Amino acid sequence: MDYILQPWPWYVSGPLIALVMLALIYFGKTFGMSGNLRTLCTMGGADRFAPFFKFDWKSEIWNLTVVLGAVIGGFIAVFYLSDGSVIDLNPKTVEKLGTLGFEDAGGSLLPPELFDWANVLTPKGLLILLGGGFLVGFGTRYAGGCTSGHAITGLSNLQWPSLVAVIGFFIGGLIMNHFLYPLIFGA
Amino acid sequence: MKFLKFLVVGIFFGIVLTKSEAVSWYRIYEMFQFQSFHMYGIIGSAVAVGIIGVWLIKKSKLKNTEGQPIVLPPKDRSISRYLIGGTIFGLGWALAGACPGPMYILVGTGVLSMLLVIAGAVLGTFFYGLIKDRLPH
Repeated sequence: MDYILQPWPWYVSGPLIALVMLALIYFGKTFGMSGNLRTLCTMGGADRFAPFFKFDWKSEIWNLTVVLGAVIGGFIAVFYLSDGSVIDLNPKTVEKLGTLGFEDAGGSLLPPELFDWANVLTPKGLLILLGGGFLVGFGTRYAGGCTSGHAITGLSNLQWPSLVAVIGFFIGGLIMNHFLYPLIFGA
Repeated sequence: MKFLKFLVVGIFFGIVLTKSEAVSWYRIYEMFQFQSFHMYGIIGSAVAVGIIGVWLIKKSKLKNTEGQPIVLPPKDRSISRYLIGGTIFGLGWALAGACPGPMYILVGTGVLSMLLVIAGAVLGTFFYGLIKDRLPH
């Protein structure tokens, strides 16, 4: 039981994620979490504004069900399958984050500096969360997929466009992490 | 209950991503700093097992549960859309520290402010749909 309650090592987690992808293929679907964002747009009436959203969203209920499960899974994992371990980050990462104003890095899943309501409800805090989400939503649809659709499914299927997309993910991520973070959080 | 299997897959996915800490903003930051093998190990081993699994499925001509031959949808032949779109995605991934799967999962872990990130992502998707035809693909 201890092994389940402790954080799971990469060599257990990675193959289990592959299993999720393979199960969905076996069920006649493809693994892709960002597609649900488009479905939500259509459900909200976006089909009146752009042809991109004209499709029968009911055909995507299966994927929304995966999302519902994922929310429940997150709840179960945190409240029933955890021993409260802190995240075993590289001490250099913790130190670097300290210089950017993030204290107690790894003490919880997410930094309170970004996700606690007191910090969220400031102009800067709101802009970071909404803006970060906006870039993810825009970029993932432009690229035709996210980490699940490209990095996991596409690469597993040896599709070179997915490799280009993943290279893009890292170009953007590295620019943000190395060049923009000091501007956003520094000083 | 034809959706039950999808609910189970989703729950399993949510548990795995939380227990692996792949949903952690800190792990994403650490990954982009190249200071831990953890995230690379997760993605790498998922792809390694995935390649073998997809190859076996294709080789065995396995039919899916709907009785149809299994085909994975092909991707467009383009570089610009994947490179530009991917880069924009990456900027957001590193800033919010969450990609679409973890966004939903983190709401389940009790971080309700993640709903703002999801709202931003829905808006971003909507904006893409509006200007899609004017972008290089």
